[in-house]
Amino acid sequence: MRQKNILFDLLLTFLKIGLFTFGGGYAMLAMIENSCVTEKGWISHDDMMNVTVIAESTPGPIAINCATFVGYRQAGLWGALAATLGIVLPSFVIIYSISSLLDNFLEIAVIASAFRGIRIGVGFLILQAAAGMVKKMPKKPLPLAIMAASFLLMLSANLFSWKLSSISLMLLAGVVSLGLFAAGAGKGGNKG
Amino acid sequence: MIYLDLFLGFLRVGCFAFGGAYGAIPLIRDVVLSYGWLDDEALTHMIAVSESTPGPIMVNLATYVGNVQGGFLGALLATLAVVLPSFVVILLVMAVFGSLLKNPCTQAVLRGVKPCIIGIILATGCYMTAKSCLLSPGNAAPDPRALIVAALLAGALLGRRALVQKGLSPVRLILLSAFLGALVFR
Repeated sequence: MRQKNILFDLLLTFLKIGLFTFGGGYAMLAMIENSCVTEKGWISHDDMMNVTVIAESTPGPIAINCATFVGYRQAGLWGALAATLGIVLPSFVIIYSISSLLDNFLEIAVIASAFRGIRIGVGFLILQAAAGMVKKMPKKPLPLAIMAASFLLMLSANLFSWKLSSISLMLLAGVVSLGLFAAGAGKGGNKG
Repeated sequence: MIYLDLFLGFLRVGCFAFGGAYGAIPLIRDVVLSYGWLDDEALTHMIAVSESTPGPIMVNLATYVGNVQGGFLGALLATLAVVLPSFVVILLVMAVFGSLLKNPCTQAVLRGVKPCIIGIILATGCYMTAKSCLLSPGNAAPDPRALIVAALLAGALLGRRALVQKGLSPVRLILLSAFLGALVFR
């Protein structure tokens, strides 16, 4: 019985998080911390920091990673399933209900104009997110060089329609960094 | 077979989308453009809609593209595919490879991948901003009204940053750009 209750609790809590968080991953982390650490006491603040690191270094939406982690901690595989289902369900239902309306919606002149404004806004949004990441990254030669090279390669790929996917670029950067690390370790390794 | 394509396409997004929603946008763009599911214009609309509705952006996008391309089953498969990798990876990390992330080699790879992601996001942001400012639909010449909107938005962002040391929240930025768009493009 207790097991059933915790599953239901996980589902409801993450439904709420999924329903009320606008603005993607980082906004959601704050909400998850508030519900799972402060209100429910499911995980500690330290755990929350660990999940954030794990979530950032593993693929997929950060909120999904967190929900799976908290659910698994509380009630194993079924807990992970309940929490993940809870966080996905609101977006699924909302987007599913509006997606068929979206095209008719865009026929209306004011809305079409608003969306032309939004197209410009989204560019700024991405730039703003990137600027925040640049600020937080370590200012050492190697990361900066990798960032600059990736920036130039990706921009040229966009401008000249090269067939360069972001995945292959990321894999390349990972391999280069690993290679340099291995070379450094071979030489007796100065860290940094 | 559209269902298989949707599943595999969004599985790829789920597998390789490091670094949160904005990190995933270039990747999602790759996938939806290469299958021809959305064009750049529809994608930016969808990003805006995802920002203005609750939930992870990747999930919103997967549900939308899935529904448009393959109805309810398509939406279900695309959403499942985008969620599945993170779900499985976290279970594996917790159950088996707890120490994998502390491994120096893993750390070395991550040290390279993170700045690369930032570079990719910067490039995508620059390209999308420039494109939406300089190209107008069905018209070769740049639309001066788009430049006005961009200038006002940049002014608002920089002004707010100077005043309160903080950018605009995504929802506010979207609302502001929608308002400016409706006003200027009329």
